[in-house]
Amino acid sequence: MSKIVETDLLVIGGGAAGLCAAAEAAGAGANVLVVESDLHPGGQLVKQTHKFFGSKDEYAGTRGFKIAGVLLDEIASLGGKVKICCNTTITGYYPEDRVYTAMEGEEKYYRIKAKKTVVATGAQEKILPFPNNDLPGVYGAGAVQTLMNLYGVVPGKKVLMVGAGNIGLIVSYQLRQAGVEVAAIVEAMPKIGGYWVHAAKVRRLGIPILLRHTIVEALGDKVVEGAVIQPLDDNFALTGEPQKIDCDIICMAVGLSPSTEIFWQAGAKMQYVPQLCGYVPLRDKSMRTSNADLWVAGDASGIEEASAAMVEGRIAGFSAAKALGLPVNEAKFNDYWTRLDHLRAGEVGEKIRAGISQVFVSGWEA
Amino acid sequence: MGCSCSCDKEKLFNSGVLTENRPGAILPPKELWETKKGGLVVIECPQRIPCNPCATSCPAGAVLPFKDINDTPSIDYDKCTGCGICVSRCPGLACFVIDLTYAPDKAIIKMPYELMPIPEKGQKVKCLNRVGEEVADGEIFAVAEPSKDRTLVVSVVIPKDMAGDIRAIKVVC
Repeated sequence: MSKIVETDLLVIGGGAAGLCAAAEAAGAGANVLVVESDLHPGGQLVKQTHKFFGSKDEYAGTRGFKIAGVLLDEIASLGGKVKICCNTTITGYYPEDRVYTAMEGEEKYYRIKAKKTVVATGAQEKILPFPNNDLPGVYGAGAVQTLMNLYGVVPGKKVLMVGAGNIGLIVSYQLRQAGVEVAAIVEAMPKIGGYWVHAAKVRRLGIPILLRHTIVEALGDKVVEGAVIQPLDDNFALTGEPQKIDCDIICMAVGLSPSTEIFWQAGAKMQYVPQLCGYVPLRDKSMRTSNADLWVAGDASGIEEASAAMVEGRIAGFSAAKALGLPVNEAKFNDYWTRLDHLRAGEVGEKIRAGISQVFVSGWEA
Repeated sequence: MGCSCSCDKEKLFNSGVLTENRPGAILPPKELWETKKGGLVVIECPQRIPCNPCATSCPAGAVLPFKDINDTPSIDYDKCTGCGICVSRCPGLACFVIDLTYAPDKAIIKMPYELMPIPEKGQKVKCLNRVGEEVADGEIFAVAEPSKDRTLVVSVVIPKDMAGDIRAIKVVC
């Protein structure tokens, strides 16, 4: 525990938001250290085999895993300004000294002292409680994507997908691409939560989407051998006949919650915002939190699409570099906000706008 | 009252099935469509989402430029050449090209295809409607990869009277 690594800017999380923050800040001249708990950078991007939405600025039409490569190329082109430490987890923050404790692998511990920090820690998957949800064969959608799209392993032969948000719809499509049968997608709401076009493309492959349905039980002794689903009424109470679904995999895509432990340790002002899917830090337009040394970007600031996470990362990286006293081009800041506003202007963005309005402050007192 | 019918339609739409023309999902004008060699684009994108590659990739300017990135697509059919670039570029796989001039009772539909196995020219395939039901037999006319990004555009000869229903294929070896 002797070593202290010093950096201008620490970026916690090497996913879509973190890599953009690092690239932006390094582009302005900052020395940046990115710590990433996974074995490789890229976060959720590396598992996304579908083409992204948005405009050219957000790499629309490019598959997610390719975008991770584009961002890493940008970082590499900045000539050693950014160091990325993978397999490294931030385990604590001591705000009085601006010191973090870091764990590399499982045995190497050290401290990091950072002048400024962008927290881009992403999110954790939610799970549903139901009998036997601990059986092998019950997965979160993220794990299914990791298995299939990163390691090339199909999780099983026939899956029941729980949740028709973008993740449930996209992962169902990817399962089908991998040759896995999708028995059905069940969704508690009366309408799919993800983009309509994602639903249309799985529907036309014959995958049923059962609205107002939920899973009530996983069947099986040692592993998943089936599932029981049941309709829901207007008050989300079980109604009608339970139905047995033949499957060996149950995949849950029932939402994410922001990973915000660092902010709690930092004593940042937090608020529970249902539209952003959990507790999130209050932030000003620069994405700065009530702790003047900490910025937030990506899903840690509220669950949203990767395209928005990347722009938020740019804003946070820009702002942290500016706070470090580095010269920045102010026009870029406004440009990023214009892009973000456009991304949020649609039907799906309504919820995000309502959520952000609850945690947005015009500025922090000096 | 007709309520149950419209409610069912709404429910179906809410699960991702197009049930009727809507803004962002309308068919080309019939007269032009029936005589236009090479076909015309059919886009089924009825929800306002932040996405514009159909407009930015269209080499003919037929998918009109968006004022707001959340706009649903609108099309100048006089400009559309049926090239199918949008079919390969649309992240939502929501663009198709349908050529009604191929034969008196046959049409050609260009569809995005990202599954295995990859069909070959001349191969017989099953044609699926918007809920995946096998509604007709089709024959592969061409397989292309216009954007070299592993989204294939398959051209399939289908019964002309099914052009409004067929939106996918199933390849059986």
